[in-house]
Amino acid sequence: MTTRIDARFAELAKEGRSALVTFLMAGDPDPKTSLDIVKALPKAGADIIEIGMPFTDPMADGPSIQAAGLRALKGGMTLKKTLEMVRGFRKEDDTTPLVLMGYYNPIYIYGVDKFLNDARTAGVDGLIIVDLPPEEDDELCIPALKAGLNFIRLATPTTDDKRLPAVLANTSGFVYYVSITGITGAAAADSKVVGDAVARIKRHTKLPVCVGFGIRTPQAARRIAEKANGVVVGTALVDALRDSLDTQGQATTKTVAAVADLVASLAQGVRGAKQAAE
Amino acid sequence: MNPRLPNSLRTGPDERGHFGNFGGRFVAETLMPLILDLEKAYAAAKADPAFQAEMNGYLKDYVGRPSPLYFAERLTEHLGGARIYLKREELNHTGSHKVNNVLGQIMVARRMGKKRIIAETGAGQHGVATATLCARFGLECVVYMGAVDVARQAPNVFRMEMLGAKVVPVQSGTRTLKDAMNEALRDWVTNVHNTFYCIGTVAGPHPYPMMVRDFQSVIGEETRKQMQEAEGRLPDSLVACIGGGSNAMGLFHPFLDDPSVEIFGVEAAGHGLTQLHAASIAGGRPGVLHGNRTYLLMDDDGQIQDAHSISAGLDYPGIGPEHSWLHETGRVTYLSATDDEALAAFMLLSRLEGIPPALESAHAIAKVTELAPKRPKEHLMVVNLSGRGDKDIPQITEILKGRKQ
Repeated sequence: MTTRIDARFAELAKEGRSALVTFLMAGDPDPKTSLDIVKALPKAGADIIEIGMPFTDPMADGPSIQAAGLRALKGGMTLKKTLEMVRGFRKEDDTTPLVLMGYYNPIYIYGVDKFLNDARTAGVDGLIIVDLPPEEDDELCIPALKAGLNFIRLATPTTDDKRLPAVLANTSGFVYYVSITGITGAAAADSKVVGDAVARIKRHTKLPVCVGFGIRTPQAARRIAEKANGVVVGTALVDALRDSLDTQGQATTKTVAAVADLVASLAQGVRGAKQAAE
Repeated sequence: MNPRLPNSLRTGPDERGHFGNFGGRFVAETLMPLILDLEKAYAAAKADPAFQAEMNGYLKDYVGRPSPLYFAERLTEHLGGARIYLKREELNHTGSHKVNNVLGQIMVARRMGKKRIIAETGAGQHGVATATLCARFGLECVVYMGAVDVARQAPNVFRMEMLGAKVVPVQSGTRTLKDAMNEALRDWVTNVHNTFYCIGTVAGPHPYPMMVRDFQSVIGEETRKQMQEAEGRLPDSLVACIGGGSNAMGLFHPFLDDPSVEIFGVEAAGHGLTQLHAASIAGGRPGVLHGNRTYLLMDDDGQIQDAHSISAGLDYPGIGPEHSWLHETGRVTYLSATDDEALAAFMLLSRLEGIPPALESAHAIAKVTELAPKRPKEHLMVVNLSGRGDKDIPQITEILKGRKQ
């Protein structure tokens, strides 16, 4: 079965370029602004959109993304409203792939089967659930694959060749390579090291490999785009959003543009890169 | 006894770390290889007689074990029912049961060649134990502690720093134990190559709940032997306080297969179960946090709620997964005591026995004052005195001053 994610990577392969994958937290700083931003992303140059599902205790995220989640929760965001937001986006855009990223507990409480059904009908294409390693595949990964959603797994510098096959076994859509051992928003990885890691993963899978964590500028995005099928940017966008808020933490007239402008410059960086021959 | 129970309650978890529906390994991929390494390293250590012998040597001469099983004569007379024994974990070096587990984990960390130890702490007892053993073995030590707890547990912060540990006040979230645990997990994700995460309770991803339980089971094993010597038979009931539940698990585990022994865990009911509290079983439901599935305090959207207890050591919105399982199987009865009941119990034990208990342990004493009078005089009740109250005296003084005004 071909998903929107598969279709998008096939198009990008024809164009001979990498994907810009953008991350923002659903409901940050409020549900309406958040939807406006997401709607603006494809025009600004985002190829794939990751939407964070806010959680109180995001153990693998840094202070920026944790604060974004707490802003969203304070604004009344819930998992149900996140799915409504996806439906709102899909009214206007039926091609840009949407991936939900977050932690397992809100999904577990929502109910796995109900969540998968609602996510699929809302127009979600894939899931990245940070705290579900392959050892817990029965929980959500396998039901998600059966429901026709991609389950995108993180691979990290600690995932050695022995472990990679287990990590890749039920992965689909793309592989998300976390370029550093650390939390989101931490220091950037060296593009040579990233290139070697991407090559290593590619020896084990035909799936596209996207690289994230620590990429903040068009230049850095370009360097990574030369080595990988996609570049994921999250914290830099969340920071740009935060910096556009007023002193009460409310959205201003600058908020949507602040994010869209940064996405546009990152997209230029990514588009300027020549994909290494595979 | 509950007919649904399997033949032995002591064999868990299964190979994937599950106690029934609870436990497991819900962590980021970065940590998985290390957790699998730890599982192997711990299995090898457990099977190695040299490890056990070395550990027993330190338990005896450094920790000061066995801890006494003391007959609390005046408390018994006062309550007028069961004969009450106190298992004196507060007499261990560092002043609580925490040292049993930390010693075990530090010895595993040394076998794994790790030179940097991180820990999270609420009341500071686990932090003090970790700082102590890192000093003893010359290891770098970083302790994460919620900023609120840093303020209310000043004596323990001072002790940790004096022992050479770096105490990091955590400003995120509710600035208590859960946030300290998040921050420790973030540090671990970042420094996974050289760092060992010494978890302070029977929670977290497998193998931690099992490993910590095994290290704490020395409490229950000694209690069995000591009660045989004192009274010629097993105790009739056990009582212990529960935050994450490590002192309770240590006392309970060696008795789980003895149907004649009634077992009670006491959660922190804070201001009351309908208000702010930390009673995950009484007021929570199963969910996934900090690497395991267990009972958690959360809202309808699966967002973790703030816990509250007068005792920083119990102020956590979850509980060890084995407790969740023991609750659902019905083997252990979980009760709760409020802040006020714990304070009253603190005073009672101080005045009757000359033993100020940690505010954590005072929750267990509070329920003993209800359970013991209803039991016959030949009933043997053991309550785990998991830590001493010195660390809480400044906080209690403040509360009492506030009430007089």
